[in-house]
Amino acid sequence: MIRGKPRGFLAHGPLAYPLLMLTVFFIAPFSTMLAVSFFHRVPGAFFEPGFELANYARFFSPFFLRVLGFSLSIAAIASVICVAVGFPFTYFMTRTSRRSQVVWLVLMLSVLSLSEVIIGFSWSTLLSRTAGVSNLLVWMSLMDQPVSWTPGLTALLLGMTYLAFPYTVLVLYPSLARLDPELPEAARTLGASPARTFLTVIVPLLRNAIMAALIMVFVFTLGVYLLPQVLGRPPHWTISVLITDQAIYQSNLPFSAAMAIFLMLVSLALVGVTLLISQKSRAAS
Amino acid sequence: MTGIFRTLFMAAIAAFLAAPLVVVFGVALNAKRQLLFPPQGLSLRWYGELVTSEAWLIPVQNSLTIAFLSAFVALTVALPLAYFLWRYRVFYARALMALGVAPFILPPVITALGFLVFWATIGLYGALPAVVISHGIFFTTLPLMTVSLGLESIDREVIEAAETMGADERTVFLTVVLPLVRPYMISGYAFAFVLSLNEYIVAYMVAGFTVETLPIKIFNSLRYGYTPVMASVTVAFVALAVLVFSLIAYYGNLPRLLGAWVGEKE
Repeated sequence: MIRGKPRGFLAHGPLAYPLLMLTVFFIAPFSTMLAVSFFHRVPGAFFEPGFELANYARFFSPFFLRVLGFSLSIAAIASVICVAVGFPFTYFMTRTSRRSQVVWLVLMLSVLSLSEVIIGFSWSTLLSRTAGVSNLLVWMSLMDQPVSWTPGLTALLLGMTYLAFPYTVLVLYPSLARLDPELPEAARTLGASPARTFLTVIVPLLRNAIMAALIMVFVFTLGVYLLPQVLGRPPHWTISVLITDQAIYQSNLPFSAAMAIFLMLVSLALVGVTLLISQKSRAAS
Repeated sequence: MTGIFRTLFMAAIAAFLAAPLVVVFGVALNAKRQLLFPPQGLSLRWYGELVTSEAWLIPVQNSLTIAFLSAFVALTVALPLAYFLWRYRVFYARALMALGVAPFILPPVITALGFLVFWATIGLYGALPAVVISHGIFFTTLPLMTVSLGLESIDREVIEAAETMGADERTVFLTVVLPLVRPYMISGYAFAFVLSLNEYIVAYMVAGFTVETLPIKIFNSLRYGYTPVMASVTVAFVALAVLVFSLIAYYGNLPRLLGAWVGEKE
């Protein structure tokens, strides 16, 4: 009978292979990384086993705190922009015909699947002096000569928004697509304008979904590892770039492992908050 | 008034999403080795170079090999897990699901560093199979999601009918469940395939200096010499993604796959 308890050892058979794979190739790597974060760094070589908190102590250096502060700020700005634009966009999208929804979704998935390398390259081309938008402005005689807008903070922010926008839409899509169409209709019948309906009915109704999306997009943008290198300058490097840099170019695996563990705890805590929010809203409805 | 605002708003978003891609499409057509827009002269040689020049052909082969195999690994891990979680009710179901979803939800650099440390410890750092398995685990989440969704949509009465007529669990799985979830398995595979082709950080951390994949090759070109081939690869990537997701949308129910309830009665 379906949905029963698995009876006997053999019923657990399907679990054997996935559990083996996930234990060996996911839990083991994470445990190794956790262990390495306490190891002692040997300059020139990799590391030697040990137990010290020196790698974690480096978090209190002004340099690390500055990188952390920058990472959190830019991820916060990008996620607020994405949700502020993405929420009304997704609402409009779900009100269109099924066919045009599918076209939008294919576009979102296609952009979302693009590698950060490709998005970084595309934006650096779009903002460059030789091939960029400034040429268009020169052609329209709004500017005297083409200029380069990359690298810089604005370029980085644009790239991050571009990267996270399709993700935002797909995170918001389920709750907006499941919204009862009779609710906005009722508001309209009672005389509310579309803008008023949106602001006083739709937004408050989906307050939890918006909060959850904000956090999910924040975690997503916190993971941006390549755009700061392509579209930003060294002061714009985020914690994810620092982890890569320490691991590959400075061969300081213990410190980069400690930072990764820290980033993981922050992300897990945030994802936990999202789960709480969605559970609360499910209980309320 | 609102209608105009809505149309303008949607058009602006479409333009924002399309702008960098349009420029890259144009840049790929340059006749000379320059990244100019609008392109100077028209030529398709940069598409040709992608499949003839050894410097690009090897990354193309590496990326395709890794994507084909790792999407398969992801599917083989996801299918039995999704089946078990659907078939039985167990108290640790949430923990299992979290284990399958975690590699993908966390910032990718964390998973990538975990793999780097792991493969370096067991001495397979820099090997192609290491990249295949890492990608397979990293993208297990995608087929896990689609296959679970497919299993949820199976009518319980169909299963009960098969059981009443004497089919054992194995027969039910092979003759009823598997054919019904096959479309969801294919879309899960396709999602994992496209994302593996595009994946940079895990591949870079596991074998960045020995197995050059396309995203790694593009990044290296960004640093050590621009060439319009970068643009033609990008166009190929976008075209492939649009093709794959259009096929999924054509043969499957994309809104439902992405979480809408619409069209469930189809």
